[in-house]
Amino acid sequence: MTLGERVRADFSILQRTIDGRPLIYLDSAATAQKPRAVLDALRTFYERSNANVHRSIHTLGEEATELFEAARDRVRAFIGARHREEIVFTKGTTEAINVVAHTWARPALEEGDEILLSEMEHHSNLVPWLLLARERRLRLRYIPVTEDGVLDLRALDRLLGRRTRLVALTHVSNVLGTINPVAEIVERAQAAGARVLIDGAQAVPHLPVDVAALGVDFYAFSGHKMGAPTGIGVLYGRREILEPLEPAFGGSEIIREVWLDRVTWNDLPWRFEPGTPPIAGAVGLGAAVAYVEALGWEAIRAHDAELTAEALAQLGDVEGLDLYGPRDPDVRVGVVSFNLPGVHPHDLAAALDAEGIAVRAGHHCAQPLMRRLGIVGTTRASFYLYTTPEDIAALVAGLRRADELLGLGRLRPSAR
Amino acid sequence: MCYGGRVDRLYSDVILDRFKHPRYFGELDAPDAAHEDVNPLCGDRVRIEVRLEGGPSAEIEAVRYRGDACAIALASADLLAEMVEGRPAGEATRVDRDRLLAALQADIRPSRLRCVTLPLDVFRAALAGFEVAR
Repeated sequence: MTLGERVRADFSILQRTIDGRPLIYLDSAATAQKPRAVLDALRTFYERSNANVHRSIHTLGEEATELFEAARDRVRAFIGARHREEIVFTKGTTEAINVVAHTWARPALEEGDEILLSEMEHHSNLVPWLLLARERRLRLRYIPVTEDGVLDLRALDRLLGRRTRLVALTHVSNVLGTINPVAEIVERAQAAGARVLIDGAQAVPHLPVDVAALGVDFYAFSGHKMGAPTGIGVLYGRREILEPLEPAFGGSEIIREVWLDRVTWNDLPWRFEPGTPPIAGAVGLGAAVAYVEALGWEAIRAHDAELTAEALAQLGDVEGLDLYGPRDPDVRVGVVSFNLPGVHPHDLAAALDAEGIAVRAGHHCAQPLMRRLGIVGTTRASFYLYTTPEDIAALVAGLRRADELLGLGRLRPSAR
Repeated sequence: MCYGGRVDRLYSDVILDRFKHPRYFGELDAPDAAHEDVNPLCGDRVRIEVRLEGGPSAEIEAVRYRGDACAIALASADLLAEMVEGRPAGEATRVDRDRLLAALQADIRPSRLRCVTLPLDVFRAALAGFEVAR
């Protein structure tokens, strides 16, 4: 039995039908479905222990605080951070990146300093830097993407210079599925004197991540793409970098003492968690981490690699279909983008939806990458623990029928 | 065709016909007015060019559109062009969403309504630009 078949029973939503057809959910890179263990943890928290954290002197408050902080410890171990102070809970990846932009980059960077990004970034890792660059007169530079959909690292020596203060890069492309060689880039960037921030939104669901081994300075990811609820994410920051920083937002929780004319800051990590944090979200994230760890990375990686190889083979067999990203399944995760020439991705997605197949279509919040590829968008199928080879077969069959409806007979019969 | 009713209702015969056999797709040699805009939700882009006869009751002589857009938006642009070509500009600006929706004969869900209205907004902006230029 494949991992997908084994875990499907844990995801009740997969029993749903769409207009009488079984749901085939291939949009996990947008958000993953939640296993029962996560939903149970949320329910138990709200039914038994719900209270505000850190300042409630009563049993529920203490329980809630313990659960919240235990989730932090679990996340710390999950991503290989050395210290719990390095794990800041945020709303998600976007907020985590913005916290770095506001707290570290804004005071640290000066006019003419450079931030090195790549052409495959999600808008979440572009717009905060575009805003800061405008404000601080910074220069943004970009690692190019090759025709194969990988970073052109030959350009790195040219791009990394004396003025490069930050390299902000995605670990895995949300469009192409490409896994970037983060460890190598971190080494070269830090040798050039730059800090490195990695957007791990698409990596954490698919790959074991060890921030200490990678040597990154900052790492951002979201809970909801790995089975946790929406509204919880993580910013990892090396302790010695976070320690001197001031908070991004004012509010409670981030303070040590407040007077009418001044304020002193709380310790890490709470200095960066203003207001009531997403307590249940953190508990849910802890449960999602536990769920993933119980399945084991070896099984998860094998499952993802098998699905990716299967998808690349089956979609690659569909003559006339444009496939994006590297053809080698070893350098990518289960995120596959394609186009039926002449058919807009939204039309293709709507036709697939009529068969119960949920995919993502459009620019995927990566418009510069779309321009680089010379397209308006793609249709994207993305996998998670519960995806099966049958889902991929259904997608391919759906594509052929969509071509009959919308296409101009471009897809030829399968060679299989 | 093994589709359920759902996709047939969205991609009506009118939409499929206009998408596969557009009547007004293209560009004009010397347009008097033109506008281009995107749908921020999806990045779709539509450009509409208009040639107007002079005079206060300017008649729309020709309309052409281009775009990187979905079948619904392209069909909407094609129908709009048909509705306004040969009409006085004042009358043409009264074509509205409901008239286009009726012509599309499709079950357009709220998430796709913007696909229908993008060409309409672009066309109106083109005419408004012409008025300003005059």
